[in-house]
Order: sequence, then C-alpha cells, then structure tokens
Amino acid sequence: MSILLDRNTRLLVQGITGAEGSNHARLCKAYGTQVVAGVTPGREGQEVDGIPVFNTIDKAVQATGANASIIFVPAPFATDAIFEAADAGLGLIVCITDGIPTWDMVQVRSFLAGKDTVLIGPNCPGLISPPERAKAGIMPADSFLAGRVGLVSRSGTLLYESAAQLTARGIGQTTAVGIGGDPIVGTSFVDILQRFNADPQTEALVIIGEIGGAAEQDAAEYIKGHVKKPACAFVAGASAPPGRRMGHAGAIISGNNATAESKLRALEAAGVRTTRNPAEIGLIAEAMLKEKR
Amino acid sequence: MKIHEYQAKAILAEFGVPVPRGKVAATPEEARAVATELGGSVVIKAQVHAGGRGKAGGIKVISGPAEAEQAARQLLGSRLVTHQTGPEGVPVPKVLVEETVDTARELYLGIVVDAQAKMPVIMASEAGGMDIEEVAATAPEKILKAWVSPVMGFQPASGRRLAYGMNLDPALVRPASDLIGNLYRVFTSRDCSLAEINPLVVTRDNKLLALDAKLNVDDNSLFRHHDLADLRDTSQEDPLEVEATTTGVNNYIKLTGNIGCVVNGAGLAMATMDTIKLFGGEPANFLDIGTVNNTDRVVSAMRVLIKDPDVKVIYFNIFGGMARVDVIARGLVEAYKQLDVRVPLVARLTGNGLEEGRQILADAGIRVIEGADMADGARKAVEAARGR
Repeated sequence: MSILLDRNTRLLVQGITGAEGSNHARLCKAYGTQVVAGVTPGREGQEVDGIPVFNTIDKAVQATGANASIIFVPAPFATDAIFEAADAGLGLIVCITDGIPTWDMVQVRSFLAGKDTVLIGPNCPGLISPPERAKAGIMPADSFLAGRVGLVSRSGTLLYESAAQLTARGIGQTTAVGIGGDPIVGTSFVDILQRFNADPQTEALVIIGEIGGAAEQDAAEYIKGHVKKPACAFVAGASAPPGRRMGHAGAIISGNNATAESKLRALEAAGVRTTRNPAEIGLIAEAMLKEKR
Repeated sequence: MKIHEYQAKAILAEFGVPVPRGKVAATPEEARAVATELGGSVVIKAQVHAGGRGKAGGIKVISGPAEAEQAARQLLGSRLVTHQTGPEGVPVPKVLVEETVDTARELYLGIVVDAQAKMPVIMASEAGGMDIEEVAATAPEKILKAWVSPVMGFQPASGRRLAYGMNLDPALVRPASDLIGNLYRVFTSRDCSLAEINPLVVTRDNKLLALDAKLNVDDNSLFRHHDLADLRDTSQEDPLEVEATTTGVNNYIKLTGNIGCVVNGAGLAMATMDTIKLFGGEPANFLDIGTVNNTDRVVSAMRVLIKDPDVKVIYFNIFGGMARVDVIARGLVEAYKQLDVRVPLVARLTGNGLEEGRQILADAGIRVIEGADMADGARKAVEAARGR
C-alpha cells in the first residue's frame, strides 16, 4: 500500500520534450511507473522514449486515461501548467519547478480550494511509493526501499538523505513525499500525515522539517490530537542565522516559531522522537521501531 | 530583493499614496539644491537597505540649504552602522532630502502574504514608528489584521474596519481606506513580499502621509518585473554574495566560520551546516548549488569559496538527484584547471551519477578526502579546518 501514488497511477509529463522532463520521464518509467503521455504544446505526434506527446492535457487524458501529472516547465509557465492539469480534472499534480512567485501560489491555492486535485510542490522532488514501484519525482530510486514507514520532507535532497539512512538499516517506506520548500505549497505536512495515518500499511512516520513558517508546529498539533503511530523527526537549520533566506523561499527565521529549536520542541511535546543530528535520522527511526515492537 | 526608500516612495506616489515632497541626491551640491527648492527646514535620510537608520545617525533634521549640503557631505560615501548591519556597516550611495512634517500621530501599515492562510494580510496599528515585530511580541492586540481574498481583491470594507479600528478622525476614514487599497495594489502588482509604511503619519493639518516606506520584492517574480530588477543596489550586499549571484550561484550566504560548503539542495545544505556545528566546526557559508546541471556553476562556486580568506577547507556534500554527481565532478575538474585551489577538499558524494563522478575525479588525479556519509565528511572537514 501507499498514499497518493500507486501501480495504477497513469502519469503524464508536462514539459516532456525538455532536457529534465525527458530524462525524468524515462527514469520514472524505468522504475515501474505507468508513464502514459507527455504534453508540450506544438509537439503532438512526437514520442519521447516511446511515450506519446500531446498538445493539451485534455487530449492526453482522452487518448491515454492519464490521471496524474508531473510538471517540468520553467517558473514563468508553471502556473499555467498547474491550471491546465487541475482544469482537466487530474487527481494528482506534482510540480517540480522551483522559483514560482509567491503571489502565483496564492492564486493557485485559491483556485484549487474545493477541488479534488492534490498538488504536491512546487519546488519539490515529488513522491515515490516503493512497494508499488511507482515514482512521480526526480529522486534517485536506489535510496528508497519498500517497507512500512511513511516519510515526508520539505527539502528534496534531505528527503533522499533520510531515505538512504533508513534504507541502509533495512527500514523501507510505503511512500516518501517531498512537499517543497516554498512559503506556500499545495500540500502541507498535515495533509500528508492525515493520509499516512489512514493508511493501514504505514506503521510509523518520519518527518523532516526545516526552519521558517509554522508547518512543523501544525504537524505537531495534528499528531497530538490524531496520530497513534510512532513518529520521529529532524528539523534542518539550527545553525542558520535569523533573517536570511536559506535557499528555499520558505526557509527564513522570522519570529520565534520559525527556529529549528522551537519546531523540535513542539514535535517533542506531541510525543515525537527527535534528533538534532541529521546523520542520526536512520538511527532514531530504528530505535523508534524497536520500541514499538 | 530590497529597494531603497526613495524608490519605494516613487512607486507609492505612482499609485496615489501621498508621500512628503522631496528628491533624492547623490552629491552634497544636489542635496543643497533640493533643500533650496523645498525651502525651510528639511530632513536628510541616508538611503541604505537596513533598518535602525535614525538611531545610527542616518537621519538628520536640518534648518537650511547650507546645512543640508554639509550633512549630505558627511553621509554620502560614509558607511552607516546600524543594529541590522554588521560592524562594517553599509555604504550610503544617496540621500533623500524631504520637507519636514508636523506630525500629530504615527500609525503602522503593512502587507505580507500569510503563508498559513495562503492569502495576503493587511496589518494596521496605532503603535506606528516602532519595530512592528516588537509590537507583535509585546502587544499583539494593538495590531489589526484584514485578510484579502485573492478572488475578491481589496474591498473598502476592510479599509474602513482598519481605519475605524485605528480611531482615525471620521474625515480621514475614507482617505485611509483608499490609501490602504492603493498600497494593496502596489503589493500585488509589484509582487511584493512586504509593503510597509512605518510610520504612516497624520499631520497637524489632518492629512495622511507615508513618512517612511519599505517595499521588498519577491525575487522569484523578477522575470516579469525588469524595471524592479534594475533597482537592485549591489553596494548594499556582501561583495562575495554579489559575485556569487552574478556568476549563477544564487543561493550563497556568507557566514563567519572557516569550512566552505557546497551542497545540492537548501535543506541538505542547512543539515550539512548543522552537522559541521555538531562536530565543533563553523561553516563559512551556506551554498546550495541548485538543480541545474551545469559545470560552470561548480567553477563559480569554487571561485567564490577560494576568494573567501576565512575558508580553510571545502566540503562538498552532494546527493545526486536532479543535479548529477558526474556533472559536479566534471565541474570540479574544470575548477582545478582554472583556479589555484590551495585548501583541502572533502567530498561526500552519493546518488545519481556516482560511479561516473568518482571515475572522473580519479582520472583527473584530484586529491579528495572522501566522506563515507554526511557525518563522516563533516568530521573530516572539521579536522582539516583545524589543520589535522
């Protein structure tokens, strides 16, 4: 089992004729994902690695039954791409693109409110469900392993890092999701934790946060009230100076809630096992699972 | 991106927000001419991208043109040290010369995007002139808030509520609501991450005036605001950070330690810094090399790091995903060809393109202290920085 993405997901790739789009379409397909279509306006009739390309998502959906999309188009066109995917009624949209203006995401979130579409990202690595051999993302698949832990991270490469630490200890994952590093993303920690909580195959949770915003506090609040499954967490950026944007637009310490320490404390107060050392994520996950048994 | 007060006020004026009469001056003579034109006493304000100017001596009230010239001569070309700058301060490239204003009340007005609500929020307070974060911490009830629906846009009802809430004279409620609406239009049309008027003053003759103004622009929006992108003043930034961005390394922040870091991904970069600290070391910088596969960027990153005299060792922590290890390795080979790299290199490499990457480094004969994992690499980098 998994959340959001499984072996039945029929993925289309927006921006498939670009360098990253074509490369990752191939890698997702090689992993086992059903990559059924690509969309690039003006390129209908072409194929990329055997995947048919269409001018519009509507056409791609009619022809292939695609129900999910992964977006690789540059930031100035990404909002349009998200709109097209949601307007066509796709259930899952994964937006890899980084550098989308915050105001565009305000409008996107307002547009998506009340729709059944789940948007992951933007500025994210996507998601992978190892037990289902399905991947809608750019993560190196070798670092992930099929298993029973639900993994969620704001950061991309820190998602790979934590997955690799888990995998090295034989701790597999049901699904691993990178939700993205922007101030406004489509799906929050809480949205993902709700799904993991409802998924009978997911037995434990690993949460990787970072400085900025209050998403980790929201997660702590939700865990306190709703989650019985064991959880552990790391929050990146304890060494970051206040007031400086650490790469991600959302990763900036402004106000007390935004620091790594206050986030870790909130998670601890919700019964989540934590570490201050990112090299020990695998270690605390192992301890968490041992205690559970 | 930050812009100067005089630039922010020009944009506000364009949108109908009343600002004091005045002009920017780049020389003492220009300051004198502006003061003559304005007549009477004037205010000279240092144009720097840092708060706390008043306490630092960057704002002076002057009685006439001759004194204005003298004050401008003092400020221009000097470095202003405020509580928001480092001890080295920031240069003052220009001064704003403005009429003085008879102030009856000082209010606060600001707009940001509320990430939790996923919509803009307008904040207004009677406690103007102060640091609003301090007001928020000590007397949050003094900050009134109005969220704006991105579908409805600004509605005068929000403006009226805030205006009445600040106990404005009834005659000022309509003008205040209009002013707030105009500031909101600045905020959305110029893709601001912050639009702030602090203080918004009520003058003795009962008029509203934006006495100070701050607009921060969302960096991600600059592709559609070339006019705003041109307002960037690199003199206000760290020189190494400027060099980094002009050579394609957009996510570099100079810090105070001696271990230069090159990492792909912002989260992993922060985690790498955290690990270095846990081993007793200090990172010299934050650097996210990004996800675009391009060897030039590795060369640029290396160029910036070896220019930093504090850097005693360079630690590459690369988890190949979108950015592949072999591309990073090729960039390193190119960097060693082009640059005189004298500090040791510690590298923790894993993920997409690892095997090719290792081979490329080995073939080029580059001496790499290998980190088996993130912690091992950090430990070795800390040791190398201590000269062991």
